[in-house]
Amino acid sequence: MNVNEKRIHELELKAASLRQHVIRMIFAAGSGHPGGSLSSADIITALFFEVMDHSPARKDSQDRDHFILSKGHAAPIYYSALAECGYFPVDELMTLRKLHSRLQGHPSRVKTPGVEMSTGSLGQGLSVANGLALALRLLGLERMVYCLCGDGEMAEGQVWEAAMFAAHNHLDNVIAIVDRNGLQIDGRTEDVMALEPLSDKWKAFGWNVLFMDGNDMWQVLETLEEAKLHKGAPTVIIAKTIKGKGVSFMENNVGFHGKAPNEKEFEQALRELEGSV
Amino acid sequence: MNWPLESQRKNYGKALVELGKRRQDVVVLDADLSGSTRTVEFKNAFPERFFNCGIAEQNMMGTAAGLAVGGMTVFASTFAVFATGRAYDQVRQSIAYPDLNVKIVASHAGITVGGDGASHQTMEDIALMNAIPNMTVIVPADGPETYRAVLAVADRPGPAYVRMGRSEVPVVTSPDDDFEIGKATVLREGTDVAIIGVGQMVAPCLEAAEALKAKGVNAQVINLSTIKPLDTATLIKAARDCGAVVTAEEHNIVSGVGTLVAAALAENCPAPMERVAMQDVFGQSGESDELMKEYGLSDKEVFAAAIKVMERK
Repeated sequence: MNVNEKRIHELELKAASLRQHVIRMIFAAGSGHPGGSLSSADIITALFFEVMDHSPARKDSQDRDHFILSKGHAAPIYYSALAECGYFPVDELMTLRKLHSRLQGHPSRVKTPGVEMSTGSLGQGLSVANGLALALRLLGLERMVYCLCGDGEMAEGQVWEAAMFAAHNHLDNVIAIVDRNGLQIDGRTEDVMALEPLSDKWKAFGWNVLFMDGNDMWQVLETLEEAKLHKGAPTVIIAKTIKGKGVSFMENNVGFHGKAPNEKEFEQALRELEGSV
Repeated sequence: MNWPLESQRKNYGKALVELGKRRQDVVVLDADLSGSTRTVEFKNAFPERFFNCGIAEQNMMGTAAGLAVGGMTVFASTFAVFATGRAYDQVRQSIAYPDLNVKIVASHAGITVGGDGASHQTMEDIALMNAIPNMTVIVPADGPETYRAVLAVADRPGPAYVRMGRSEVPVVTSPDDDFEIGKATVLREGTDVAIIGVGQMVAPCLEAAEALKAKGVNAQVINLSTIKPLDTATLIKAARDCGAVVTAEEHNIVSGVGTLVAAALAENCPAPMERVAMQDVFGQSGESDELMKEYGLSDKEVFAAAIKVMERK
């Protein structure tokens, strides 16, 4: 891997600053989903600032790497990455969820520069990633499609229809990442609708299955690189993460799946994240 | 009347092959019904651009959306009941909301599916698709018009729903008609009553007009093949000229085309109306023509509706 410790540290700092954006945005909006944005912050940072070949100038081109956020409620971390990459002004982040904002509560392809697909109704992103991967193949472009999924949305039947389709068509240019933070709105995934053995399910559907600590930048980069090298079948990475990662009182706290912090919590969250920088 | 019969589905297959020749960006998906929808014609001609999604309509719509994100013009086909019902949320969320270039061309719509029964029939698909923003909704009257409509939707960016039946239907349109999305066609001029037909009901409307002529009634017949955007100008003119209106559709009366026409007229030039449609009941097994009679969708009901509505002028 072409990454040294200095670069890892830079990316960790970037992830911490994106997490701060997330907290500021959701506090300003008064609603939103901090838990799943914070759990996936390191994965998003790795993809947008190191792994994917992309740029705002090429946003309408197919000849670049692509990203679909299937877990659309993690829009704040996605928008933070897009803004920091220059797709729109960073100041605009604070308009999240406001009337006439380009930053909808869930991603919208028609409103937000850089957003390739509207998502929010869960379980639909992987099908879209597959279709995009087929298009790239038809165009003769050797480009990747990364699809970040939630673990709760694995209960949607369409996910498994898409899993079958990708394996059947040998879509090795699709990399699905499951943000396995273990929590969904109503509680632990294993209490609400048990997913385990999750990796066996993906294997049985014909996927190459990898694992990583999704909050360890080094592992994230290493695993994404390994995934890209696998040929002949699509790869899914089951990323063990901590919901609410980086803010002590949000970590593993299902209460912060879809709730904004109050003023006191907001200040503490920012102090903790600034401390980690 | 002695119209030749043609299949809408076969014309769809033919149109796809023509599009495939003209354009490299046309991709076709099906959900294990390629023989029925006739997407098999495209599959045979351009196998590298055809993908069978298996019996997984929701995934098919999402995959279609992804191909469109990748710059393709995508046709996705299955039976109408599955395209619009089973995969409604995928059509809404993944195709219409992001305004993607996906054409849902569905066959076996209405009750003329026949023997399969109510599970495979649909009389709510037009209502479902029409209610979604960004969606263009087209119900061609016959085979050749289906061919022209498919070429037309391919040239217009954005999502579209094209509804086809199973049976062979009378060719009532002229090959010289330029199909224009959003334009209703007056097939027969008249000033006593305006009969507005949709899809397979256009032929019975023309038959009813002929029977009305024998009674001294001069009926206008309109082929309303685009449901959205609705050609309100032609509808208003017909209502003004005739002062009485009949609609006829192989669809539920609830939220059907008749209600759209009624709304358009109520806002502009109210006229007495009668609506020939399915009376908010599920269908059943039977032969196509038996079912059309059973549910009051024949020239006789159109005729009776015309007589009745003229009495209210």
